[in-house]
Amino acid sequence: MSEGTLYDKVWENHKVTTLPNGQDQLFVGLHLIHEVTSPQAFGMLQERDLEVARPDLTLATVDHIVPTADQSRPYSDDAAERMMSELEENVRDADINFLSPDTGDQGIVHVIGPEQGLTQPGKTIVCGDSHTSTHGAFGALAFGIGTSQIRDVLATQTIAMDKQKVRKIEVTGELQEGVEAKDIILETIRRLGTEGGVGYVYEYAGETIENLGMEGRMSICNMSIEGGARAGYVNPDETTYEWLEETDYFQDNPEKFEELKPYWESIRSDDDAEYDDVVQIDADELEPTVTWGTTPGQGVGITDPIPEPESLPEEKQETAKRAQEHMRVEPGDTMEGYDIDVAFLGSCTNARLPDLRRGAEIVKGREVPDDVRAFVVPGSQRVQKAAEEEGLKEVFEEAGFDWRNAGCSMCLGMNEDQLEGDEACASSSNRNFIGRQGSKDGRTVLMNPQMVAAAAVTGEVTDVREMEEVISV
Amino acid sequence: MTDTDEVEIPEVEEVSGTGIPIRGNDIDTDQIIPARFMKVVTFDGLGEFSFFDLRFDEDDNEKDHPMNEERFQDANIMVVNNNFGCGSSREHAPQALMRWGIDAFIGESFAEIFAGNCLALGMPTITADQETVEAIQDYIDKYPDTEIDIDIAEETVTYGDTTVEVTVNEGQRKALVDGIWDTTALMKANQQAIDETADELAYL
Ligand code: SF4
Repeated sequence: MSEGTLYDKVWENHKVTTLPNGQDQLFVGLHLIHEVTSPQAFGMLQERDLEVARPDLTLATVDHIVPTADQSRPYSDDAAERMMSELEENVRDADINFLSPDTGDQGIVHVIGPEQGLTQPGKTIVCGDSHTSTHGAFGALAFGIGTSQIRDVLATQTIAMDKQKVRKIEVTGELQEGVEAKDIILETIRRLGTEGGVGYVYEYAGETIENLGMEGRMSICNMSIEGGARAGYVNPDETTYEWLEETDYFQDNPEKFEELKPYWESIRSDDDAEYDDVVQIDADELEPTVTWGTTPGQGVGITDPIPEPESLPEEKQETAKRAQEHMRVEPGDTMEGYDIDVAFLGSCTNARLPDLRRGAEIVKGREVPDDVRAFVVPGSQRVQKAAEEEGLKEVFEEAGFDWRNAGCSMCLGMNEDQLEGDEACASSSNRNFIGRQGSKDGRTVLMNPQMVAAAAVTGEVTDVREMEEVISV
Repeated sequence: MTDTDEVEIPEVEEVSGTGIPIRGNDIDTDQIIPARFMKVVTFDGLGEFSFFDLRFDEDDNEKDHPMNEERFQDANIMVVNNNFGCGSSREHAPQALMRWGIDAFIGESFAEIFAGNCLALGMPTITADQETVEAIQDYIDKYPDTEIDIDIAEETVTYGDTTVEVTVNEGQRKALVDGIWDTTALMKANQQAIDETADELAYL
């Protein structure tokens, strides 16, 4: 069992008791809610005549179903309108802070928590959404939960959980041009598998991680769940504190910042902490990574050949074969030159300001071909505003991109933004499952934002290193 | 019974009622509740969409399905075969069946997440071998009004004059019989300890 890690410490100081069913009861420091998974839980509370225990520790937003083009109410999709109204009613009744589109603070739930300064080191954070792992970038213990658990949290501000093992992913070396945080996590998942993390929490460490900004750390923690780990985290450091200090929360409460810093330092993993497993990754060797298949684990360096299914472990061969048929790719080929119809720069993995900046750098002065639909969906209204102030909107629009309002958009196709038929999409999101982007025949190729930008302007999967604006992070 | 200030978690020692046979192996959650019905705000209306695509054709005409049959309308014990509830983890599946009227399942085997979701709702998923399960399904088909009694603690099912041995997974049996299957009530009972933990947290 692990000892002295951030996970152990945060678990211990949030543990209320051990329940008769053997699980630990943990206090929840921040509960994030959105429109898709929360309404049923509110319904369950009403059935039992229970109140929301700590509305002050709950924060709501709307992201999955919100249209990214015309946001006037009522929404044209009745089901979306109903979900939105229900959320509005629930948060009003329970007196929960709701960052609705009118506030200018709305956005994807995993973008706004950090933006508001509410995602903090040493907090337990939960949300009815599997990508809650994102918040671990700040040294929080953050994981996705199911509907009955949302009810638990609303009613008690606690959650019943089994403690997991800790695997340290140690990344050393320097990222080459065109290679980003996204490529580190795609490589991690390729190596350990989409189920490799089941039963584990991932601690991302090493000089490469320490040199990343908060956005890069978030991209990595975000996809922990794609590797099977319900949570992933990075120990807090000066980079973390600099971000926090700039947020509204700490600007308004500067004394809190000084007060909390010793706590943040105290929950960092000890130098001699014990881990259940350690994995080393050499960043020097990474190339821009793209997926060739239909799970996030089916990735490959842009100049590397797509693997022969027979070369993979036996239990992966069948899925690999089916994935290659679906994607219409041949083993032995590289993904370079794979035709795309859609380019999507968005999602909670890669739709923060630096992601959009790098994308803009690549598309500047270029043009999206006529047969490609390209669009940028900022992760939040704040990201959108900041990007517009910097002139990124113009850059993208001049290149022929659609510039949209904040939301999940085509990451999962629960609103109007969907793939059609067998369209292929270069996507900065996190899941390439069949049907994920709204069409059961659609084909998703996951990659970093610069690579999406490059694909958008060339109409095919392109090695961004061959373009002169290629960027180092 | 576990008492707390506001909620009581019922002990589920027995379930009695009438049965409905749903035959077939590997019935997944997509069949139990198709994904398009998930764009909803409550589980409330989900009951009527249980097994929707198996019960209705494209024009909403009824197909042959036990859940459409008059004689099974009041059934509360669903008798199924192998690997029932496989597929996605959506809690919408057991919720839909519960809201249709189901209180318990007897089957050859259940997908793990489905069984876990059922337990969170206090619904037993008890197992028996193929022969035993098929015998119960056949009997219900013949005598739909027969009372079925499931004894969780004793691990038996009685129908007509027959009593058969069944299996209730140990953790599930303890949780149901001791009335500790509902984590909300279980945790709410620890209010003082919750407050004490919160008081110690630096950031609150
Ligand atoms: S952007 Fe995609 S992955 Fe992130 S919360 Fe929205 S739907 Fe989920």
